[in-house]
Amino acid sequence: MRISPRHLCRLAAVATLSMMCVAGAAVLPDDRADLFWSTYRGGGMDITGESVLVRKKFSENFAMEANYFVDKVSGASIDVLSQASVIKDERKQKTLSLDYIHDKTQYNLSYTDSTERDYISNTTHFSLSQDMFGDLTTVTLGFTDSRNKVGENNGGTNTPKIEWLGHATSRSYEGGLSQILTKNLIAGATVEIITDQGLLSNPYRSIRYRVDPSINPLGYALGSQVYPNTHTSTAGEVRAKYYLPYRAAASVSYRYFSDTWGIRANTIELGYTQPVSNKWIFEGRLRHYNQNSATFYSDLFPFANSQNFEARDQNLAASTNNTIDGKVTWAFAPSGFLIFKRATASFDVTRIQFKYGDFRNIKDFNVTPAGGGYQPGTEPLYAFDAMVYQVYISMFF
Amino acid sequence: MKISTFGWFGRGAIAAIVIASTAFAASGDASGPAPAFTLTALSGQQGALSQYKGQVVMVNFWATWCGPCQQEMPLLDQMYKKYKPAGFTLIGVNVDKEAPAVKELLARKPVSFPVLLDPANQVSKAYHVDEMPSSVIIDRKGEIRYIHRGYRPGDENEYQDRIRQLIRE
Amino acid sequence: MRKSAMLAVAGAGLLLGACSIQPWVKPYERDRLADPIMAWDRDAISAGYLDHIYESREGSRGATGTAGGGCGCN
Repeated sequence: MRISPRHLCRLAAVATLSMMCVAGAAVLPDDRADLFWSTYRGGGMDITGESVLVRKKFSENFAMEANYFVDKVSGASIDVLSQASVIKDERKQKTLSLDYIHDKTQYNLSYTDSTERDYISNTTHFSLSQDMFGDLTTVTLGFTDSRNKVGENNGGTNTPKIEWLGHATSRSYEGGLSQILTKNLIAGATVEIITDQGLLSNPYRSIRYRVDPSINPLGYALGSQVYPNTHTSTAGEVRAKYYLPYRAAASVSYRYFSDTWGIRANTIELGYTQPVSNKWIFEGRLRHYNQNSATFYSDLFPFANSQNFEARDQNLAASTNNTIDGKVTWAFAPSGFLIFKRATASFDVTRIQFKYGDFRNIKDFNVTPAGGGYQPGTEPLYAFDAMVYQVYISMFF
Repeated sequence: MKISTFGWFGRGAIAAIVIASTAFAASGDASGPAPAFTLTALSGQQGALSQYKGQVVMVNFWATWCGPCQQEMPLLDQMYKKYKPAGFTLIGVNVDKEAPAVKELLARKPVSFPVLLDPANQVSKAYHVDEMPSSVIIDRKGEIRYIHRGYRPGDENEYQDRIRQLIRE
Repeated sequence: MRKSAMLAVAGAGLLLGACSIQPWVKPYERDRLADPIMAWDRDAISAGYLDHIYESREGSRGATGTAGGGCGCN
């Protein structure tokens, strides 16, 4: 079972990589090793993640980072309507990244390979960061290329039968600006344009359309999704972080998204970081997200093949989600131990509430109208809560 | 949105960045009298630039939160010990707003040259410090001769060349 | 196409002209910005992981990372 959509692997790689530019283009970040465990539980899915990361400088100008990530999925997600059994699958992702600094410019090149039984993705990313104007401004340009091979498992969990359905490619162009405004305030803006081409739909999700109850007592029948084979999107984010005089930091960010499939989305995030003595850091975050549905999305089409493009993927439905997150970091060895000069342990709990505006829960309400169930199109709108726990140990050397 | 349009923008942006980045103050020769200053050391003792008139002086501006500053300290210490007998002195001017971090750092990694504290940043302003770390080399007559901005491994050779030159004068 | 060309040239001109602007936050005033709590994201794996969770469930993607800040030392 492919647990992630087309662009996900590339974006997971880019998200990881862009974070590496944290300290600014002038100095490479500290060498480190991280061990990471996470669990996600929600919407019928149980996903555990484990990761190891090692970063090492080979000279003052050159560093390398290697990351290995394993996701294990089990569960019966809402959209897998035709399979009653629990799905189990595993995704392995490997990333190798190189950083080079020359004067006020930092270059990054990385390669990511992500493999699961029915989905293979290779991503290459290049970016350039330049410090300017007395190092108050950092300009970043990035380019990402992703090639994906999409398949479908027509067999069972233990006896898979993979059918390779097609390919998809994705290109992303990103420009960012980070600006120090005062000695307490830093702001940033990023624009990213992504275009995809190829097989862009999730083969495990289906559309449904009305049929006469004499054909199917449920009053609807399932059909294949048909997506356009191109997709272009633009996202723009602005963010700011402020240092509070008693030593704390408050941040705010807003992102607007718009694409050629008719989706418009807004994301707002507020964050607060409070260190206590030299050993503890407490952080809290609130996030609100909303989007409308894609033009070719419908929870229930009026009849078979009513449109050229049809989708019933919950990612394309009108939805909102709200997150509350708390994290605590403990410097259990602030002066180091063995070869490490500093070590911290972090524990992060996240609660996300998802609500859909036009995606109905037909999995849990799979009773025919005649048998006392809902008429098609009147089932309750889908909503669920997810809990995410993360534990990680970071060692700096 | 056509890819070609964005590609054009990308090329234009890269060109602008490359051009803009070259318009930068680099290390180099300088001139003018070195502004006088009197600052307090961690010990509470006063230290003044005028005390060292007649010697070649290097004033190094540094901070506990600046990585490259930490990198150069041991090399500066070695340089100080080597050239002190020939009439050279190195003064570390720390720009941290609070002393405890400086005390803790120097306790872990001590240096033998004098370190003075400039928490109000008056001296940094007088010397127009526009990069961290910055090293200002002053000749025996009290004139600024060379300003070095930033630190990259290998810069200590440049410092030594200049110091030897000025010692010989 | 022509409009973007003009914008790019104007942007370049602005950048070049702005080279004469002196930094208004001096390097010795960068201590707060160099504090690790002021970094955009301190933990790469965790930030990437949460982004991954949202992007696999939302219809939007992109523009989630920024470089910059810190001590600006060289």
